[in-house]
Amino acid sequence: MSGKRPSRDDFAVIGRPQRKIDGLAKSTGRAAYTDDIVLPGMLHGKILRSPHPHARIRSIDTAGAEALPGVHAVVTGADFPTPYGIIPWTPDETALAVDRVRYIGDGVAAVAAVDEDTALEALRRIEVDYEILPAVFDPHDALAAEGNYEAGDYIHPPKREGWNGNITKKVHLEFGDLDAGWKAGEIEVEAEYYFEGTTHAAIEPHCAIGRFDGDGRLTVWSSTQVPHYLHRELARVLGLHPAEVRVIQPPVGGAFGGKSEPFDLEFCVAALSRKAGRPVKILYTREEVFYAHRGRHPFHMWYRTAMTRDGMLTGVDARIVLDGGAYASFGLVTTYYSGQLLTAPYALPAYRFDSVRAYTNKPACGPKRGHGSVQPRFAFEVQLDKLAELGDIDPIELRRRNFIGANTRTVNELRVTSNGFLECLEAVEGASGWKERWRRLPFGRGLGVAGSTYISGTNYPIYPNDMPQSGIQVQIDRSGRVAVFSGGSEIGQGTDSAMAYIAAEEFGVPLEHVRVYRGDTDFTPVDLGAYSSRVTFMLGNACIDACRKLKRRIQEAVAEHWEGEPEAVVLREGRAFDPSDPERSLPIRHAFQIAETRWGTLGETGSYNTPKDVHGQYRGGTIGASPAYSFTAHIAEVEVDPETGIVTVDRIWVAHDCGRALNPVLVEGQMEGSAYMGFAEALMEEHVFKDADHGRAGLHNAPSLLDYRLPTSVDTPELESLIIESVDPEGPYGAKEAGEGPLHPSIPAIANAIHDAVGVRVDRLPFSPPRVWRALEKAREAGALAKPAHPADRLSSRTEVGA
Amino acid sequence: MSHTTEVVRLHVNGDSVEVGVPAHFTLVEALRYGLGLTGTKQGCDKGDCGACTVLVDGRPTLSCILPVQEAEDRQVTTVEGLATPEAVHPLQDEFDRHGAAQCGFCTPGILCSAAALLDGNPEPTRDEIREALSGNLCRCTGYTKIFVAVEAAAARRRGR
Repeated sequence: MSGKRPSRDDFAVIGRPQRKIDGLAKSTGRAAYTDDIVLPGMLHGKILRSPHPHARIRSIDTAGAEALPGVHAVVTGADFPTPYGIIPWTPDETALAVDRVRYIGDGVAAVAAVDEDTALEALRRIEVDYEILPAVFDPHDALAAEGNYEAGDYIHPPKREGWNGNITKKVHLEFGDLDAGWKAGEIEVEAEYYFEGTTHAAIEPHCAIGRFDGDGRLTVWSSTQVPHYLHRELARVLGLHPAEVRVIQPPVGGAFGGKSEPFDLEFCVAALSRKAGRPVKILYTREEVFYAHRGRHPFHMWYRTAMTRDGMLTGVDARIVLDGGAYASFGLVTTYYSGQLLTAPYALPAYRFDSVRAYTNKPACGPKRGHGSVQPRFAFEVQLDKLAELGDIDPIELRRRNFIGANTRTVNELRVTSNGFLECLEAVEGASGWKERWRRLPFGRGLGVAGSTYISGTNYPIYPNDMPQSGIQVQIDRSGRVAVFSGGSEIGQGTDSAMAYIAAEEFGVPLEHVRVYRGDTDFTPVDLGAYSSRVTFMLGNACIDACRKLKRRIQEAVAEHWEGEPEAVVLREGRAFDPSDPERSLPIRHAFQIAETRWGTLGETGSYNTPKDVHGQYRGGTIGASPAYSFTAHIAEVEVDPETGIVTVDRIWVAHDCGRALNPVLVEGQMEGSAYMGFAEALMEEHVFKDADHGRAGLHNAPSLLDYRLPTSVDTPELESLIIESVDPEGPYGAKEAGEGPLHPSIPAIANAIHDAVGVRVDRLPFSPPRVWRALEKAREAGALAKPAHPADRLSSRTEVGA
Repeated sequence: MSHTTEVVRLHVNGDSVEVGVPAHFTLVEALRYGLGLTGTKQGCDKGDCGACTVLVDGRPTLSCILPVQEAEDRQVTTVEGLATPEAVHPLQDEFDRHGAAQCGFCTPGILCSAAALLDGNPEPTRDEIREALSGNLCRCTGYTKIFVAVEAAAARRRGR
């Protein structure tokens, strides 16, 4: 993509609305998800789960289950005690509990039986002798546990000397001169925020099937979003050579980060199948999905932020406590992300964060859409709104003034390439009528703005290696058909379709002539998985690489045929032609035949690896480094009922810089889905647990899709997508990510809109009616319940301090 | 393990079939495990998410909480029954065109609810569409593309 920026007209397929290649399969019921697969002789598996939040396992007696007719296998933690963890430095889980359970719902034993009823009866016949241990549910209590605890009562052995066993990770990083920042600052805001935990709630529950063949080879079908990591961990935990393990990923019914590491069911179906000699399926119940979790960490956050009178940020300081739940999961990375991803789109001259992740006796938290950066983004964008208020500056103007720019480095040394954030701000400002309406709407109605940035994948893979992050194989033949073998994970975002668009663009064939074969570690190259918004960027580049190598051979063969130059051969819209010579034009199928005649069977591989020289030169400086960053701005319009505290979000304008939209329909779908999910976290969702005064401590408060309140079609606001294309120099055709970035600003934009509507701040999520009502009451009692004034209407001598 | 098995007679997508199932089976279990009609999905198995929605005598029905016996002698239509051999249902085509199915797991249920809506109301407003789909949770789309697709299908059925 050197030289001029290609425009949409330079492409036949890319950048235009297209159907998905699996769209009709999904809308006719043909698409076969993991639970739709039935294998001959397949058994049904079930997992016995701990009723205690923290206990030692003295003994497990499985004799009663084994004696039950119809039961074919029973396994416990002793069958596969090798610890694992998605992050290689924190392997603190086992497939089933070996000697200790750490949350209500921890897996203890598993059975395989002829049917579900028999499997459930078998679970009832397993006897577990527990020794109850003290349990801790609040991260501050967990961190302060010293002195109250016997050494063995900590949730894990200490990760490091001098740490107690309830600590996963501590990160302290400081950039720039913070003392100078405070000195230069003329307006300051200091406040505490709380982000409640939330979960993914994909509509497809986790499901896996294991089949051990007589020759010792294992095949696992799973609704995972990371088949490669599952492949590695299955081999490790089951003691198999990786070449003996095959992972098949059928279409996944939603994931959002909730299927991005191995779960107990995948190990259990494998171990049960090995014992039973028959295939075994386990499908989580919805309740089990809630306990499996790995969702958004609750964050307790404190921020101090300073700026000059003219609105230039001078310093940011943060202290964050992450409530991690019972296992590390991705938590080491989450702890870094809690601070590392805040350093754009605004230039921070001086920045410090101090984050600690605590273990608690609850289901483990992990990555949910916008991993680790949605929570600080909420707090920080509200901080900016408070600063703007104190400084009598329009909050959009404040964001513009602090824009970090393109082709630059952040204060923590992240390399930023393309950056369309200003265009995002302009788009939402215009579409929402901000200039006329902000601070001018009647009491009870308001607008709020927020911005954000997110990664397009990470430069460093989860386990250290220098191999490609993404691989693709393409093969074409005399029929005119293009076959793409993709290791990519189709979880609904349209990855398979994106690869087909790329192949159709490069080879000039109709989209219907491209097949994408995927989701099988036996015949597709490795891709690391659908997480961290990496797939379009990395797999897309790998696909372009493979296609262009192969295309070159077609061009060479056709050029030879025409006695011309390969560069003059264009493949587009079903033909190979030389634009300078109307005589030279062939149907593309004939071009493929000329190439197959010239070269023999036609195939190529392609790969993509990340830049490894653009990270920060400090410990942790690789975390947050991405080949490109997306940028987003939202404006939310809300109505607040001052009597009840009910907040209604009428509309969210979503502007997102995705580099280039390979298919604008799919990009809009990601933007709308993200904004919806942020809205849901702002107003409705709470992944919370009972305390001893309200039932059994550690029990999930609402493990159902009725009580854990997902927004319905009636609750969801109108969502207006505004695509901004900055065309990234390294992205495929200039593309960056769109799947996670557009979630971030929803929450602070709604918070800031509530303030615009009724003048109160609610710094804790979710903005539920009781919480908003209490804030309104407080303002009412203080005689301060009023819409905030427009800066233009305010006295310039304003001296009020504090928000 | 022993449980009572029953033979039930179902009318599904125009076929009349007898299927032997455990007596405690719900309609979705009979469809998926008894008849191999896996287009209908199980998202929660307790009537909360709507993924299992099918049409029973033309009305959207949660098949995961309907005892299979209650579907006897009634006409059941699943997502597999919406298309004709000649063409897919306009809703299926418009869902495809507008990207209304992302992961696709809620799609079969949403299509059934939407088909019933359009049968009774050929020109629904956006609010009527929201209301008609309020029992079907979608986690991917934010519903926007779904509304657009239903509106487009309605317009097509009216002959525009």
